[in-house]
Amino acid sequence: MKKYLTLENGDQFVGTAVGDLSKEIKGELVFTTSMVGYQETLTDPSYTNQIITFTYPLIGNYGISLHANQSPAVAASAVVMQEIATTVFHYQSVMTLDEFLKKSEVPGIAGIDTRQLTKIIRKHGTMKASLTNQPLAQSSFAKSKSVDMVVKSATFTTPQDQHPDHVVLVDFGVKTNIVESLKNFGANVTVVTPEASFDSIAALHPDGILLSNGPGDPEDWADFLPVIRELQSHYPLFGICLGHQLLALANGARTYKMVFGHRGINHPVKNLLTNEVVITSQNHGYAVDIDSVTDTPLEVTAIEINDKTCEGLRYPGRPVFSVQYHPEAAPGPHEATRLFNQFIDLMHTNGGVKHA
Amino acid sequence: MPKRTDLNKIVIIGSGPIVIGQAAEFDYAGSQACLSLKEEGYETVLINSNPATIMTDDEIADKVYLEPLTIESVTAILKKEQPDAILPTLGGQTGLNLAVELAKTGILDELNIELLGTNLHTINQAEDREEFKALMNDLSQPIPPSKTVYDLQTGLDFAHEIGYPVIIRPAYTLGGTGGGFANNDDEMTTVLNRGLTMSPETECLIEKSIAGYKEIEFEVMRDHNGSSIIVTGMENFDPVGVHTGDSIVFAPTQTLTDKEYQRLRDASLTIVNALKIEGGCNVQLAQDPYSEAYYVIEVNPRVSRSSALASKATGYPIAKIAAKIAVGLNLDEIINPITQTTYAMFEPALDYVVAKIPRFAFDKFYNADRTLGTQMKATGEVMAIGSNIEESLLKAVQSLELDAHMQNTLLPEDAEGKSLADLLATIPVDTDIRLFELFAAIAKGATLEQLHDATKIDEFFLIKLMNIMAMQKQLMTGMLTADLVLKAQKLGFDDAMIKSVCQVTDHELDQLHGMADQKLVYKMVDTCAAEFESFTPYFYNTVGTENESKPLGNSIIVLGAGPIRIGQGVEFDYTTVHSVKAIQSAGYNAIIINNNPETVSTDFSISDKLYFEPLTIDSVMNIINLEQPLGVIVQFGGQTAINLTQQLTDRGVKILGTNMAGINQTENRHEFEELLIDQNIAHPQGHTAMSMVEAHHIAATLGYPVLVRPSFVLGGKGMAIVHNQDELNDYLVPALKHSGGQPILVDKYIMGTECEVDILSDGQQVFIPGIMEHLEGAGVHSGDSIAMYPPQHLTAAQKSEIVEIATKIGKSVHCIGMMNIQFIVADQVYVIEVNPRASRTVPFMSKITHKHLAQLATQLIIGKSLADINLNPGLFPEPASVYVKAPVFSFAKLPGAPTALSPEMKSTGEDLGHGATLAEALHKAFFDSYHFDSHTKGNILVTPLDAENTDLMAALDAGGYPHQVYQLDQAWPDELAFVLATEDESDLAKQLTTRALSHEVTLFTASDTVAALVSVPHSANARQAG
Repeated sequence: MKKYLTLENGDQFVGTAVGDLSKEIKGELVFTTSMVGYQETLTDPSYTNQIITFTYPLIGNYGISLHANQSPAVAASAVVMQEIATTVFHYQSVMTLDEFLKKSEVPGIAGIDTRQLTKIIRKHGTMKASLTNQPLAQSSFAKSKSVDMVVKSATFTTPQDQHPDHVVLVDFGVKTNIVESLKNFGANVTVVTPEASFDSIAALHPDGILLSNGPGDPEDWADFLPVIRELQSHYPLFGICLGHQLLALANGARTYKMVFGHRGINHPVKNLLTNEVVITSQNHGYAVDIDSVTDTPLEVTAIEINDKTCEGLRYPGRPVFSVQYHPEAAPGPHEATRLFNQFIDLMHTNGGVKHA
Repeated sequence: MPKRTDLNKIVIIGSGPIVIGQAAEFDYAGSQACLSLKEEGYETVLINSNPATIMTDDEIADKVYLEPLTIESVTAILKKEQPDAILPTLGGQTGLNLAVELAKTGILDELNIELLGTNLHTINQAEDREEFKALMNDLSQPIPPSKTVYDLQTGLDFAHEIGYPVIIRPAYTLGGTGGGFANNDDEMTTVLNRGLTMSPETECLIEKSIAGYKEIEFEVMRDHNGSSIIVTGMENFDPVGVHTGDSIVFAPTQTLTDKEYQRLRDASLTIVNALKIEGGCNVQLAQDPYSEAYYVIEVNPRVSRSSALASKATGYPIAKIAAKIAVGLNLDEIINPITQTTYAMFEPALDYVVAKIPRFAFDKFYNADRTLGTQMKATGEVMAIGSNIEESLLKAVQSLELDAHMQNTLLPEDAEGKSLADLLATIPVDTDIRLFELFAAIAKGATLEQLHDATKIDEFFLIKLMNIMAMQKQLMTGMLTADLVLKAQKLGFDDAMIKSVCQVTDHELDQLHGMADQKLVYKMVDTCAAEFESFTPYFYNTVGTENESKPLGNSIIVLGAGPIRIGQGVEFDYTTVHSVKAIQSAGYNAIIINNNPETVSTDFSISDKLYFEPLTIDSVMNIINLEQPLGVIVQFGGQTAINLTQQLTDRGVKILGTNMAGINQTENRHEFEELLIDQNIAHPQGHTAMSMVEAHHIAATLGYPVLVRPSFVLGGKGMAIVHNQDELNDYLVPALKHSGGQPILVDKYIMGTECEVDILSDGQQVFIPGIMEHLEGAGVHSGDSIAMYPPQHLTAAQKSEIVEIATKIGKSVHCIGMMNIQFIVADQVYVIEVNPRASRTVPFMSKITHKHLAQLATQLIIGKSLADINLNPGLFPEPASVYVKAPVFSFAKLPGAPTALSPEMKSTGEDLGHGATLAEALHKAFFDSYHFDSHTKGNILVTPLDAENTDLMAALDAGGYPHQVYQLDQAWPDELAFVLATEDESDLAKQLTTRALSHEVTLFTASDTVAALVSVPHSANARQAG
């Protein structure tokens, strides 16, 4: 069965339908260069309402396993790839990627020249695209509305055990492995929605606050910025990805939409304080305007080597910091995992106001 | 850190002659490193005894020493040059071992020379098994239970403790030489005894066997700052148990989940950090296919064969970057030369699949043991790039240059007669043709389960093989539609493969291709999956909708030589690269087509455009149709390129240089004979035979001995001297079967001095750089003889006759460019062979005459005259000193292969010796070729047959070599100077040569070599280097 991918600029690709065969979808077309971790990528809530193109041609090689999901289901709205594995043999696999997509009612297209598509996105920037069952006239894009970015998050607490540290995580679309990483480093985690007020969070007696990753434009979360301003003066605070952008906005810096973003697990980031360079996992279409940080109380602590974009911030004098990349990996390299450890350490030092 | 300013002069140690386990990849690494250091402003000094390399060219290093890689010789050079540092991590195991030895002597401390890249402690930690084990324990990295042993009993005891199967790995040997598996005490005794003997330290590691695990490799870069990256992960098709050099390998990894991949990546980085590697490093790991368990197998603290593969697979030039790291630059300070817009601190993202298949010499040595194990046997490899496993694998198959029928149908010749049961019984043992046996088993109906049970190969790969065979079946039985042909193309089937299984004309295929909505296009290799704009002229072919390769215009295509094999080695990469340089200097765009990842020519920076593609007519024509070049040069890619000439000519492609008519005059037996008769040039009498009867008749007429060979061969493949009717019968039965309808040539065998020349001609006049005389008599393949220049035993009249004949041939065939002519000087000068192309002696003569012969020849090919390039017709003046080129054999790596020198070529590499006298030149050349110090006196063992050579025995007595006739099963003497065995047929000779090889005693297999050795006077100062 054929499937049609039509881009905002009128370009059209014809391929084979995979996943949910009948569903048609509109979304923001992006690409990721990760060669492993398609399951983690597809279930990452930051990809909500996005059509993901995999630049690596063979996707689905090792099937779908339990415990790799970053959220309960596929978060991306559609998948574009060259070849999808039809049979899998990995001992941990419980189903094929195709079955997983069908189950999640997510459509996909295979058999297209993904390198050509990637170059179009690189040149023209991220753009809207439609995945349809019939060829589509370009005019359909004329009045495409901005998509609804509401995240289905809920307040919950991880099972109480002997952990002394309590992190309240504000969920803008959190990846499972952020919660897992905090737990691995010895914290109890309570997840709250961005509707939470400062008082309701304070009532949970946190030792630290984590602002999670999530999809979409950080400026859509303007209502939450005052809460961040209060939180940062009371608790150790760690922002990841969207959380990093929100920390910047809360302190007066600006964000902007990048041409085609950073999506991959090979991005070099230099820590300006230590000169250390590590390879990081990234997935973001917006970035903090590095020049706008100058007029804020924040300090830039890390940059991407190649395009020199802002990758890290801190609030001098306070136990408050953030990174644009994903220290929880999944998928991707583990070099930055220690940031969770640093966060926990900050809760133990006197920098934060404990149980304010 | 910015680059170091406290260093000025840096010595780079090369890897010496090409042997199995250490090939052209180190020429690639060494030349990249030299250029990279020069670029940073350092003075470089290169030491390597292998003349057939780009790295030993004048312009690569500031100073080149073509001298032996021995402690004495290198010490002398270090004393003379007084460098600040040595970079030992780019010369393979040879370079690394030599650095360790030098450090042990104290000379580095004495001269205050620093080891760059990796320090001695690191080398020991990675290379010494016990230290490595201790380090892995410290790092909590799992390694299979193991123990270092120095004697058999301890080994047996340990094997009982951990249980069979076990693997035996000798310490400090090349490519795992001497190692193997043991399933019981008997096998253990055999393999461990061999391993202990081959290890210079009499040291072996006994290890729990993890055969059947997935074998994964990571190429890691780390800088002084501690920043590290993975250039690529690679996954072996063959599970743990087969040396990675002998395995089919894919990049990137294919079957690992993110968790598994990151776990192994973490392990690699932890290890490389602990070792404090500054440069490139290779980590080999084993992943249990059924649990989270993994093991660390091995770490190579240097640039390796795998790093050459990883460089070509990703576009990330490891050796170049490693050299910059060695002088203090950090990864985030080095620009990624591929994108030119990003930094080297970056992990390449691939948007294609790479397959590597090793190339073996078993098409020549079909009697050798073809079983693959922990000891590497491949002489070379091919790489191919595609969009999926099937496509990259089939493109690699097309690049192998094996039997054409097998390559096209994917079925081994003898598969027809085999049942599925036969095949299933065969495939558990990995050999050079197991891939094709797997295809055959699938064609006979083998199930996935049967294949997996028999081989332990991951089902992920096996199902791909089944996809290929299912497509083949569809092509055979189905209706050929545009859609089906496109699907076949997506799986890597080229037109030749499609035509081999179904009835379709070229015209019909072209029509079907035209109807498809996707087609063959070229895509760029850019390290970043198109995320950044790149400017790399590095392309591969696949099915898609967008072609990225824009025709260059004003271009000339040079065909490369494909995989390295015996008879076609790194020399042809050397000539290819030089041809490209000359094309560029003349103002044209040079395009290379080649498929060998080990080489300099397949680095994207060498040519104006690189097509990493099979050298088949389909693949080459597709590129020609796109690029519309001014012409194609076929003279520098060995027999690979020459063999395509007829088909290219038939398709109207302009061949630059000697044309097809000229090539036929030298390659076609009848035309060649007509040419010689016409020009009144003497040649051995002979005829062609299509049958047994005919051959006997011809031999009887000519009189024995006769030289017999198939037509159109490489490296004397299938050539033999036969002395009587019985031997002729023995030869003909298999030879006629393998001849593929081509005639067998039967020539009178003439005893005499063999000589050869390379000629350069503009079609009007002929320039001869020099005459090389072969030390071993006619009957030994020219590639296996020691070549002496200038000739030592020819009269002036004989020389001028050679020049006269060479000039006549060059003119009559209208040679434009290069040719190689071989002679026998006896009662008169006979011509025995003409090769219408550059030969393996070109780099040797280029280094001696300081003339880049391949560049000069290219200038002639593109229209210059001899006068234009300042070459005078006739013989170039001879030097006063003497140069010899000596062959290097890899017999120890190929058990069961014949050893006696014969018309069939056996050597894998060569070295150069230079001295004031022949004795001095030979003395130097013997070090790295026969691993022999010709000043060594002592006992020697000979075969009974050799003992009958009374003249030689008398000469040995006179030369101070007491000789003893070897007795079957005799005790092996402790001190031996060398062993002489010129026959390899008898059980006694086989045992003698095997024992000599396993004891690493020098083995001579031609009497002339030994005669020369004992007769040349030793000059007192011959030991001095410089």
